[in-house]
Amino acid sequence: MKNTKTTEEVAFGIRARVFEHAMRNNGGYLSQACSAAEQLAWLYNEELNLGAPTLPMIPKPFGGVPSASNPDYHTGAGYNGPAEPEYDRLFIAPAHYALVAYATLIEVGRMAPEGLEMFNKDGSSVEMIGAEHSPGMEVHNGTLGIGFSTAAGLAWGRKRRGEKGRTWVYMSDGEVQEGQTWEAIAAASHHGIDNLYALMDVNRQQCDGAMNSVMEVGDIKEKIEAFGGVAVWVDGHDLDQMRAAVRTPHRGKPLIILANSSPFRGMPYLQLRFPRLHYVRFKSERERADMNREIARSLGIPPIDYGKGH
Amino acid sequence: MVEIVNRPYEKAFERYARANPEVLCLSADLTSSCEIDKFRDKYPEQFLSLGMAEQNMLSFAGGLGLAGFRPFIHTFGVFLYRRPYDQLMASIAYPRRKVRLMGFLPGITTPGGMTHQAIEDIAVMRSIPNMTILETGDATEVESICEAADSIDGPVYCRVLRGTVPRLFDTPIEVGRMRELSLGDDVLIVTSGITTEEALRAKGALEGAGVSVRHLHLNTIKPFDAEAMLDHIGSVRHGVVTLENHVTEGGIGSLLAEIMADNGVGKKLVRLGLKDTYAHGGSRPYLMKYYGLDATALVDGVGRLLGRDLGIGEEQLAATRVEAVHSKEKAEAL
Repeated sequence: MKNTKTTEEVAFGIRARVFEHAMRNNGGYLSQACSAAEQLAWLYNEELNLGAPTLPMIPKPFGGVPSASNPDYHTGAGYNGPAEPEYDRLFIAPAHYALVAYATLIEVGRMAPEGLEMFNKDGSSVEMIGAEHSPGMEVHNGTLGIGFSTAAGLAWGRKRRGEKGRTWVYMSDGEVQEGQTWEAIAAASHHGIDNLYALMDVNRQQCDGAMNSVMEVGDIKEKIEAFGGVAVWVDGHDLDQMRAAVRTPHRGKPLIILANSSPFRGMPYLQLRFPRLHYVRFKSERERADMNREIARSLGIPPIDYGKGH
Repeated sequence: MVEIVNRPYEKAFERYARANPEVLCLSADLTSSCEIDKFRDKYPEQFLSLGMAEQNMLSFAGGLGLAGFRPFIHTFGVFLYRRPYDQLMASIAYPRRKVRLMGFLPGITTPGGMTHQAIEDIAVMRSIPNMTILETGDATEVESICEAADSIDGPVYCRVLRGTVPRLFDTPIEVGRMRELSLGDDVLIVTSGITTEEALRAKGALEGAGVSVRHLHLNTIKPFDAEAMLDHIGSVRHGVVTLENHVTEGGIGSLLAEIMADNGVGKKLVRLGLKDTYAHGGSRPYLMKYYGLDATALVDGVGRLLGRDLGIGEEQLAATRVEAVHSKEKAEAL
């Protein structure tokens, strides 16, 4: 697809859209938009080789779960284009980043803005925790730590078939607390799965708070390399560093780009909510109004008109 | 005497996998224990060693399924669902990946004790939407399990027998079709897996005591068509006895209970198997006797159903021979 926006514009649009949505709905995954905006913008706007979407710009309602009696079932992967050999595939492993991922799809013209209005509405496929059938999703990743394994299996299969397309996983750093992540890196290395790429948002936050207060994970790069992967640190808000990192040689090994990021980037006022950033729900109308004024100011946009009585 | 077949899975898998290049052989460090070590050595390009890491293996297999392959995962049954239950759900069952879960050492067929004995696997798998469950009861069923499993449009869990396995049947598994081993009209006995051989041993003694036995062997546990079973239940006077190498909750005893209750069948049901207990480590004959999974337990259960002592001693059961499948009195003869 042809880019109509710069990647910087896409990143800005992701933050603004998630901010607007959070204001209108009295909360949302704001800090994930702050940390991930440049990363998802870079993937979708530059790095990933994706075909045109195969699903309607305005998402269809929930169409049932997979079963033998639901032959029309399909995943949301069509928003990333068709699963053709030459194209890349992307899994969003932290499924709670869905709001940010949907905002990205809108910013890069793969979903209509109306899609976000369906977010977390009963009967909608645009679910709060991205499901297989949600726009841009292909597998269930709501239980953290399973995404990289699934991608490794898919990548092995695609390599065996001689497909040129890469398999990408967007990961979160909290997932390294799960043992399965390390099993998966070891397996991918053992089997030489080098068409497998991950971009990990290292924002050092998890549901309970700062990761070092919940369970310290140590040096992620050192650990990945000890398990047989290739890892490279970048500033997760620096597009040029990501552009360079993806060219890191990793023959016979998966490449994991560790994107050091800030959960307040672009919305410094969110620091007031530290360390509870996982899902920001406004505690009072006063806080909501303050957030609206201050974050809008730092984004350089007018405050959101979210109406009264919400 | 019954024919004993050595390592039937080994040859059956090799034959099937070589004819179907999209079948992959996955193993988690129990390669010779699951009779795929020769396959690994002969066809390394079709074999994936995933180490002692079942959580990754199940999600990885889901990814292989997404890529259009049909992975056969080989390990002990317990290791396919206890530790990696979440991965089984999210990466295999929900998306209906064509992953074939080959679970060896079902129930008490291992001296490995609690950690190795899959005694509640059928209960777990029956409660998973999209899952199919097959169970092998003899060498012929083991020889046909690969083809049967690979015919399923979705995930399938198989209880597979290994090592020396008796041959009781001479026709392959037909998915969804139970074997009607005898068609008497007093008591319906329903078995699967290794308990079928026990029921064949008990049958002669029961008939000697004047009990007309109707005996069904299940190799497809889920999905299950209740209609044919209802006809059999309706064809016996006294009721049903189930005997399973599994806890009596959630397995074939529960399956029969559900069918009978759902359809208002007012007949007695005696469920035999592990009675809300773990087992411990020991030989298979010892464990079957200790936990009441053998022919003696079945005879006692039939006596309980009929409300009388059948006067059948252990020596009569020991003397009962299970005839060879190709003999005139083959087990499948009605």
